[in-house]
Amino acid sequence: MANSSKSFWRWFHQLGSPKWFYQKSAKWLPWLWAITAILFVFGLYFSLYASPVDYQQGNSVRIMYIHVPAAVLSMVGYLAMAVCAVIGLVWKMKMSFMAMRAIAPIGAVFTFICLFTGSMWGIPTWGTWWEWDARMTSELVLLFLYLGFIALHSSFSDRNKADRSAAILAIVGAINVPIIYGSVKWWNTLHQAYSVTKKGAIDPQMQTPLFIMIGAFYLLFVILVIVRLRLEVINRETKSKWLQEELA
Amino acid sequence: MKAHRKKKLITILSALALLSTAVALLLYAIGDYADAFYEPTRVVKGDAPLNKTIRVGGLVTLGSVKRAKDSLYVEFDITDNQEVITITYDKSLPDLFREGQGIMAEGKLVDNKTLEATKVLAKHDEKYMPPEIADTLKKSHKEGVEKMKQEKNNEKGDY
Repeated sequence: MANSSKSFWRWFHQLGSPKWFYQKSAKWLPWLWAITAILFVFGLYFSLYASPVDYQQGNSVRIMYIHVPAAVLSMVGYLAMAVCAVIGLVWKMKMSFMAMRAIAPIGAVFTFICLFTGSMWGIPTWGTWWEWDARMTSELVLLFLYLGFIALHSSFSDRNKADRSAAILAIVGAINVPIIYGSVKWWNTLHQAYSVTKKGAIDPQMQTPLFIMIGAFYLLFVILVIVRLRLEVINRETKSKWLQEELA
Repeated sequence: MKAHRKKKLITILSALALLSTAVALLLYAIGDYADAFYEPTRVVKGDAPLNKTIRVGGLVTLGSVKRAKDSLYVEFDITDNQEVITITYDKSLPDLFREGQGIMAEGKLVDNKTLEATKVLAKHDEKYMPPEIADTLKKSHKEGVEKMKQEKNNEKGDY
């Protein structure tokens, strides 16, 4: 036990080193891309072609295979950003703030995909592309929180101030995530209640491709964060010797 | 963990806890106002204002849909399995509209039993399945009902 906690802290500190991350992540990326590509090939084949239509929605059920993973990552992404913010504030870890900043635009894009696909699905299914119900409104607030974070961070010329102020917004905004999740349970909404986490709500023939797609989206999110984080490292460590050697 | 870091972490976490409590209280206070629609029970009870645009939601009662022959005008009942209210509507209904389906209607209450709708939306539930399975379920449900009826009849025969 003591040993594993020791190795955890070593890993934690290694992750805090821009040099270690920059060198290691170059080796991780090809593997991650390969696994993600395989998951997407299977996931898209099953979700867009080899899975059955829905008894009510027909083919528009296929929008779910993009919408649900995007929704999951929009929320998980924000929580990850908030965790990075706490670590950055408490441990003064540079890498943590860099990761926080790397996540923001990616999370915003996933949130937008979630809202957009939801609207596309709403037109044929509900008969409207938007209703101000608790689920849709709170997800829209999430998009504004991401955009607000990006705007706030870029409004400071001093990087330390930018990091710390934006970190506070990331932490405060995290309160919205459980609200998004709970909204369909706490209030009556046009949006349907829990289906992914409810046993038996989604037929296994649809659930399997959905889970593959969620896995693929998770990995894609991680890859995009790593790529952006590497750029952030280059940006902030321009003057360090190891990076100049690395890029030479 | 070093003492000053621990202190900082505790400060952040307690600030977050306080803020969450504030937001939770706020949401609790908003309560029903954040609902997208009124259930029939609340309408019948008189919670919903008359002659003001509101939304109601519920399941379309089986056998309640009456369509006009020469126009799009339609009347149907919705229920939350406790109370029933009638909806009138004169535009085309969404594709997913059918008896037993959840719907949401926007419009004005004429009285606490009738809503004149200007918009009707279909509400999708959380179930996703292929048509064959839906058919099988329907069939087995029907068979189950038949069987229950038969058993009831048999029981009656015994008396």
